[in-house]
Amino acid sequence: MIEYRKVTSCQEFQEHLPELIGSGLDVSGDPHLESCELCKALLSDLETIAAAARELFPVEDPSDRVWEQIKSAIQEEERDPSPR
Amino acid sequence: MTQPRFTAHPPDPTASRAGGPSEPAVQDPPPAAPAPAPLSSDADALMRAQAGDHYAFAQLYALHKRRIYSLCLRMVGNVAEAEDLTQEAFLQLHRKIATFRGDSAFSTWLHRLAINVVLMHLRKKGLSLISLDEAMEPTPEEGPGRSFGAPDLSLAGSIDRLALERAISDLPAGYRLIFVLHDIEGYEHNEIAAMLDCSIGNSKSQLHKARLKLRDAMRTFPRREGRR
Repeated sequence: MIEYRKVTSCQEFQEHLPELIGSGLDVSGDPHLESCELCKALLSDLETIAAAARELFPVEDPSDRVWEQIKSAIQEEERDPSPR
Repeated sequence: MTQPRFTAHPPDPTASRAGGPSEPAVQDPPPAAPAPAPLSSDADALMRAQAGDHYAFAQLYALHKRRIYSLCLRMVGNVAEAEDLTQEAFLQLHRKIATFRGDSAFSTWLHRLAINVVLMHLRKKGLSLISLDEAMEPTPEEGPGRSFGAPDLSLAGSIDRLALERAISDLPAGYRLIFVLHDIEGYEHNEIAAMLDCSIGNSKSQLHKARLKLRDAMRTFPRREGRR
């Protein structure tokens, strides 16, 4: 469990960010954020990036060449089953 | 080591393009379905592939190729390498499929197998975890303060998926690796630390720096595009 205490300076707040983002802790009430728009924007951006990444899905199929080579390699291994 | 027992599958002249008439042919996979296949298809194909059914192995390839290829592509950021690694991952699967005992979901097992293939490849290429430790040292160019900017440039609600994909592929290898494993593939820091043989703190720090770099990239993206 992360021990989080409210911080007052930008530097101190940023030092905690690697621990805070994705931890499930609600830091929106941190007094520093109420007075610092830059840290607020930073936190918002990093959370947005993390959330967007979770929504990424597999992008495309490999080319047909990949399966052709897998087939060839399997057939080769079956002809010569020495350990690889 | 137990080798998968591949028996000759009844030749299917409409599907097979490999091998002569006298040798067992590995079947072509059925056309890829755009939507994920039902779990029962996976389980059935797995059971038959473990028993040595070529066509079932081809089905497993068709079911999982997109996810495995995307994983490889995101981890290495290069199409040719990603295709080679996809090939190697499925060859490893072919060799080891009989050892799968169902302790975890097959997709999880295959996913981990593919990650190991990629990590082995990256280590051979010289991606040292020492470089990850070195990257933890703050530099004037990479300190968190550098990512500060005017609040009106906030990314909230404006993330473009393709731009994010591109920015991820442009990340330095070490950053990309941890970002992909944690934020996209959903591994915890303790799992990543074990996989990469680094500390949990290192994994967290690398992830944070990767997100900062992505933030920089995403904020400059519209301007880059606008110059075209």
